[in-house]
Amino acid sequence: MRIDTIQGIIGKHKNDKGGLISVLEEIQSKLGYLTRESLEAVAEGMGKPLTDVYGVATFFRAFSLKPRGKHLVSACVGTACHVRGSHAVVRELEKVLGVKPGDTTADNEFTLETVACLGACALGPMVVIDGHFFSKMNSGKVKGVIDRARAGLDRSEGGGDERVFPLVVRCPRCNHGLMDSGKLIDGKPSIKLTVSFGGKHGWLRLSSLYGSYSVECEYEVPVETVVNFFCPHCHAELGGSQECSDCQAPMVPLLVDGGGMIQVCSRRGCKVHMLDLNGVNFDF
Amino acid sequence: MIKLWINDLPVEVEEGSTILEAAKFLGFPIPTLCHMDSLSPYGACRLCIVEIGEGDRAKLVSSCTYPVENGLKVRTASERVVKARKMIIELLLATCPQSKVIQDLASAHGVRQQRFKQEYDDCILCGLCVRMCKEQMMAGAIGFRGRGERRSIGTPFDAKSETCRLCGGCIHVCPACTLRCTYSEPEKAVCGGCANLEPPCIEKEEFHDMMCYMRPCVACEIIPTEKKQS
Repeated sequence: MRIDTIQGIIGKHKNDKGGLISVLEEIQSKLGYLTRESLEAVAEGMGKPLTDVYGVATFFRAFSLKPRGKHLVSACVGTACHVRGSHAVVRELEKVLGVKPGDTTADNEFTLETVACLGACALGPMVVIDGHFFSKMNSGKVKGVIDRARAGLDRSEGGGDERVFPLVVRCPRCNHGLMDSGKLIDGKPSIKLTVSFGGKHGWLRLSSLYGSYSVECEYEVPVETVVNFFCPHCHAELGGSQECSDCQAPMVPLLVDGGGMIQVCSRRGCKVHMLDLNGVNFDF
Repeated sequence: MIKLWINDLPVEVEEGSTILEAAKFLGFPIPTLCHMDSLSPYGACRLCIVEIGEGDRAKLVSSCTYPVENGLKVRTASERVVKARKMIIELLLATCPQSKVIQDLASAHGVRQQRFKQEYDDCILCGLCVRMCKEQMMAGAIGFRGRGERRSIGTPFDAKSETCRLCGGCIHVCPACTLRCTYSEPEKAVCGGCANLEPPCIEKEEFHDMMCYMRPCVACEIIPTEKKQS
């Protein structure tokens, strides 16, 4: 991290009384841990002795002076989880990951730590990986959970992840439904539209799963091509005044059943899309 | 001026002073360890505890950090205070049994044994050296690190400090690492400094000149095994 970035962070918190903690938190969130150089820069920037900065950094568990892995595994060893057998879970985690609590695996994938309570005592033993809570853990479940985390808990799996959900859309001009239950994409009815590009004219089906980029077309659409979209019912061209925030191609507006609009970038391969539900923007 | 009672005597002291300052000024003895004039009060050792309040609301506070209040009722040597103080000394002793400062305190307060496992640590985390370095030497080279069991005093990253001028102020004020009981060198083990008048070892002939108050006495515990080996 560059010195001027740290100075910028210090400038933001210089007048707060507990500013040091905010500064360290921000640096940790950017770097993942606190380097010796960054602590020295903070001490100099805030006019405090390095001993004070180091004392705060080592006092709080939230700060780490060692690099952390990509995935943070926190096993609860609080009283409730302890009596429900968290020690067996921790032992199994140690075995599967090959590290002791507080350490990071050699491939920098996992950091194992124990925490005193996660506030979900009724569901114990609890393990939290990257913000995903795994309740009623036992040593048998550990391997599967770690494998899932290695594969990425945030990846869209369809159904499992609530951030992927199906949409039902209509033409914004004629209000005719665009769903085609005769052809399924991602196991859900697809969105059927007419497209034209480079003198070709044909159908195109989009996945109705929000967050999925699966698409099928009558012709092969070369990547980077900007495609003109039409409603297959009223044949009106679907194009709004909005431009894609990434590639400046026109955005295609579609009405979402239940209120709101979804805007999809018309360039093949561009993944910009924007869901506007009653004025609330979910910009991915 | 603030009016308060110390050991049932009505007294008047200046506003802003602490109970410890008031008591010392008026001649009520309160033992201290981590307190030093010219250093900011810290309240780490808890030796200076006094009882304030009455009845069910009576509580123990560290007098070095408690500012005087109007109408405050302070007892510097009530039964509860003395008992708690003896326990604190016993615990300090278990941490640093070799510290002469703590041994003398124990002798002065009639602690004749200590029931806890002796740790032989070289630090009781009183913070005197940290404050000395920061407030009097204007260096701030050493500080507290970590928390709980792992709390320790030292330089950041255990690296050689650039701000340390090797003034020795930290060693000068340390109650644990200076004036150690020299029990490990038998010929020098005659402390004489302990105020203990009934040393448990005096009955044993070979230690007749030793003045160690502890039971088990550190000197008798250690030296016989060394003798056995040799």
